[in-house]
Amino acid sequence: MSETTAPATASPVEYIQHHLTNWCIGCDPETQKPDNIIDFSVFFPDVFLVSAAIAGFVMYLAWKVGKNLNADNPGSLQNLLEGVVEFVNQQIKDIFPGSNPVIGPLAITIFVWVFLMNAMDLIPVDLLPWLASLIGEYVFGADPHHVYFKVVPPTNLDTTFALALSVFILIVYYNLKVKGLFGYGKQFLTHPFGIWLAPFNLIMTTIEELSKPVSLGLRLFGNLFAGELIFLLIALLPWWSQWLPGGAWAIFHILVITLQAFIFMLLTIVYLALAHEEHEEH
Amino acid sequence: MNVTATLFGQILTFTVLVWFVMRYLWEPIIRMLEDRKKRIADGLAAADRGHHEKELAEKRAKELLQHAKEQAGEIIAQAQRRAAEIVEESKDDARAEGQRLVTAAQAEIEQLLNQAKEQLRHQVGVIALAGAEQILMREVDSNEHNKMLEKLAAQL
Repeated sequence: MSETTAPATASPVEYIQHHLTNWCIGCDPETQKPDNIIDFSVFFPDVFLVSAAIAGFVMYLAWKVGKNLNADNPGSLQNLLEGVVEFVNQQIKDIFPGSNPVIGPLAITIFVWVFLMNAMDLIPVDLLPWLASLIGEYVFGADPHHVYFKVVPPTNLDTTFALALSVFILIVYYNLKVKGLFGYGKQFLTHPFGIWLAPFNLIMTTIEELSKPVSLGLRLFGNLFAGELIFLLIALLPWWSQWLPGGAWAIFHILVITLQAFIFMLLTIVYLALAHEEHEEH
Repeated sequence: MNVTATLFGQILTFTVLVWFVMRYLWEPIIRMLEDRKKRIADGLAAADRGHHEKELAEKRAKELLQHAKEQAGEIIAQAQRRAAEIVEESKDDARAEGQRLVTAAQAEIEQLLNQAKEQLRHQVGVIALAGAEQILMREVDSNEHNKMLEKLAAQL
């Protein structure tokens, strides 16, 4: 109790570490961390709840606008979503060969969902964890110091890799669907240096394919984690001086979160476009 | 920095979200946008067509007007020609009528003149006879002198 109400500057390392710890089911009770780097016996309810709540919010908006579409007299929300849909559709038309019924919804979902999850970063860093600690203390009778709540889902590898893996599965699926097993396999052997360097090609193409989801996942995670960390560091400053760096970073962060959502969407479209294109013969 | 079972939860959420957005937002909006695009294109095409039709109608109206003017001119010319003709005809008729009247009057005059001459001749004969009677102081046998008198009258 005393430690949570103490000024953050009293123990900055602990303050930051507390913020970077997930609400965890199945973790080591001492460290509050999973035992292994990949540990499927562990579940982070905070990450899941926040992203699911945002997904629910998106669904609500989609449903609300989608059932009352008015072509002649669009409301402001419909206008906004129309703008987003047209923007995403334009990106797809520019990049994507042919047509695919999934690519559009996939891209817009990534853009909107990632953007909104990123936007959780703009909520004051202590607000939601503080509310969570109150709920934990008075509803569940937990020690508030041991109530952990990490607000921004993309600062968690599970979220970013869930997106990246989904995209990767679709990449492999459409590669197989469009080129067939033989065509996809041939791409591994002949790309990028021709059939005479087949073993080397195999290594290169495998790395190339695997780097796609890894770079997608790590880029988003890294950007948002760093952004969150800077907000935490700003929160350690004296209260009367926080507004300047906090405000500046928040304004800049609006650009970062939009850009990251956009990049994730655009790369998804590009990767799926590549999956639909036959590589030229070498 | 761990990968945990949350991954699957997130993948599930993401899948549901993609499906939902596709079903309730993306497809209806894309359909509506395409409808709207088509309607706008149709509207523009209709406007173009209307404009074209207007131009055609204007051209046709001009032609009709021109035609009507020509016809009116023709009709007026015809009417004038006809009027002139009628005037000419009337003149001719009047002239003929006048001529006829003059001729009839002259014939009558001639007739009256002849009558008068005849009467005068007769009366001259009678006067001459009476004069001769006075001169001779005797009855002139009118039968005797009738031949002579008639000869005289014919000389008058």
